[in-house]
Amino acid sequence: MNEHWQAIWLTLKLAGTTTALLLLIATPLAWWLARSRHWLSQPIAAIVAMPLVLPPTVLGFYLLLLLGPDGPIGALTKSLGLGYLPFTFGGLVLASVVYSLPFAVQPLQNAFNAVPERMLEVAATLRASPWDRFISVALPLARPGFLTAAVLAFAHTVGEFGVVLMIGGNIPGETRVLSVAIYDQVETLQYANAHWLSAGLVGFSFVVLLSLYLINGRANSSAVRP
Amino acid sequence: MSEQGVRAQLQSQRGEFSLAVTLDLPARGITVLFGPSGCGKTTLLRCLAGLQAATGELHVHGERWQSSGHQLAVHQRPLAYVFQEASLFPHLSVHHNLMYGYRRTPEEQRRVQPAQAIQWLGLDHLLERKPQQLSGGERQRVAIARALLTSPRLLLMDEPLSALDQTSKREILPYLQKLHDELAIPVVYVTHSVDEMARLADYLVLMEHGRVVAQGTLTQVLARLDLNLSRDEDSGVIIPAWIREHDTRWQLSRAEFEGGSLWVRSPADTPVSSQIRLRVLARDVSIALAHHPDQSIQNLLPATIDELAGDPDSGMTMVRLQLAQTPLLARLTSRAVDRLGLLPGQSVWVQIKAVAIVE
Repeated sequence: MNEHWQAIWLTLKLAGTTTALLLLIATPLAWWLARSRHWLSQPIAAIVAMPLVLPPTVLGFYLLLLLGPDGPIGALTKSLGLGYLPFTFGGLVLASVVYSLPFAVQPLQNAFNAVPERMLEVAATLRASPWDRFISVALPLARPGFLTAAVLAFAHTVGEFGVVLMIGGNIPGETRVLSVAIYDQVETLQYANAHWLSAGLVGFSFVVLLSLYLINGRANSSAVRP
Repeated sequence: MSEQGVRAQLQSQRGEFSLAVTLDLPARGITVLFGPSGCGKTTLLRCLAGLQAATGELHVHGERWQSSGHQLAVHQRPLAYVFQEASLFPHLSVHHNLMYGYRRTPEEQRRVQPAQAIQWLGLDHLLERKPQQLSGGERQRVAIARALLTSPRLLLMDEPLSALDQTSKREILPYLQKLHDELAIPVVYVTHSVDEMARLADYLVLMEHGRVVAQGTLTQVLARLDLNLSRDEDSGVIIPAWIREHDTRWQLSRAEFEGGSLWVRSPADTPVSSQIRLRVLARDVSIALAHHPDQSIQNLLPATIDELAGDPDSGMTMVRLQLAQTPLLARLTSRAVDRLGLLPGQSVWVQIKAVAIVE
C-alpha cells in the first residue's frame, strides 16, 4: 500500500508543478495569441495545439530524442550540470508541460479574447499603464478562464500515460505516477489494487470536472455585459 | 485663440477614411464637435486621446502631447474620456470604479475629490452597488464622475447621452450643465443631437467627411449662411442672455442680451441675473420696414440686415441680421424679400414670434 501512496503523492506533485509552470507560461502566450495580429500568431497557435492531435507516443519519442545525450536540449542540460532529463522527475515535468500546454493556453486565450477592447481603452484613459491594465482589468475579467485552465491542466496531467512512459519510465518514487502504477498492477494481475487506484481516479476526475462546471455555470449566470 | 487652449493639427488614415483637421479650441467651456454620422467626430476625439494613431501636432494648455517623433501614450495624457456606453468595470463596485483613476492620478495633481464628484453627480446611494445593478443613466453618471476624478486637463465626451432613453437623457443633462458652470477645463463633446449642441456648446466645430468646415462660437457659427446648417428646417440662433426682471402678473421675464432685450415666458427657478440661453428659430422671425407696435407680437427690435442667401429650390431666403453684437436669422419667402426690397446694410424691425429657453 505504501508504494500506492507514493504513486499518488508523485502524481499530485507532478500535476501541481506542471499546472503552476503552465499558468506562468500560458498566460503571456495566451495574451499574445489573443491580441497580436503578427503573422506568426497563427503558426504558433497551431504548434501549441499539436499535442491535442498527436499520439502521446510520438510526442514522447521526440522529447526523448531532444532530451537525450544526442539531443540539443540534452547537451544543454548536461553542460549546465543538470545531467540528462529522461527518466527523472524533471523530465516528466517538462514533458507534461508540453503535453498539457493547449489545455492551459486555449481557455486563457478564449478568456482574453472575451475581454472587451473598450475596457482596456477606458483603463488607459484613467491613467493605467499597459502592465497595470493587464493586471487590474484583463486578469480579473479573465478569471473564469484561469480556473478552467488550471483545472484542465491539472486533470490532464494526472491522466497522462503515454508520454510518462516514454520519458519517465517506471521508477518508484521518481517517475512511477498513478497511471503507470495502475498499468503495472493490471500487468501483474493484481486486479484488487488496480480497482482501488482506478476507482479513486474515476472519483477524482468526476469531482474535478463537476466543480469546474458548477463554478463556470455560476460565473456565466452572473456574467456581465460591459 | 489663446496658447492655453487645445491646438491640434492632426491627420489620420484608416482604410478609406481620412481625417485631416486643424483645431484651435478655447481653454474653458464646452466645444461641441457636430456633424452627420461618419464625418469623423469620434475619430478626431480618439486621436486627441491617443487611442487612435495620428500624425501631426497636439498641444493642450501649452503642453506638447504630440509632435513629429514625440507622442505621449494614452495613459500619460492628463485627459478623461467618457464613452458612448458607460463602460464601467464589471468586476468592481461603483466606489472602486470611481477610485480607479483617482488612485492612479499623482497626488499633487488631484483637484477633484471623491466626495465632490459623488455629490455633483448624486451617487451617494449607489457606491456599494455593482455596475450591473445600475440603470443606464446611473451608469453614465458614474462614468462621468470616474472620469472627473482623474482631475483631467481636457475632458473628452463621445456622445455620452446617445445610448440612453429620453428619461435618462433628461436626468443627465442638468449634471452636464452644472459641470459646464463649475469646471475650469476644456470639454470636447461629440454629438449629432441639435438639442444637446444648443444646450451645451459654447464653441462649435462643424465636421464633414473628415474635415472641419467651420469653427467658432456657437452663436457665430449658427448664424453663418454659407453652411448646410442654415438650410435646415429648424435652423436658428442661440443667444446667451441674462434674466433681468420678472413680471409676475403676466408670467413673463425680460431676458437681456448683447443688443437688446426679449420678453420670454418666465422659466421656473430662475432668479434675476441668472444666465440662460435663448433659441430663436429662423422661421419664427419676420421683418418689417417700420415699427408697428399695434400687433400681437410683442418682441420687436431694431436690427440691421447683414447678408441674404436665397435658395431658388425652396423659394425661401435666409436673412442674417445684426442686433448690435448679436446675430439673428430670419427665414422669409423670396417673394417677401423682393417686395420689401431688403438689402444688406438696411435698418429694419424684426418681429420675434417665439423664443425658447434651452437652459
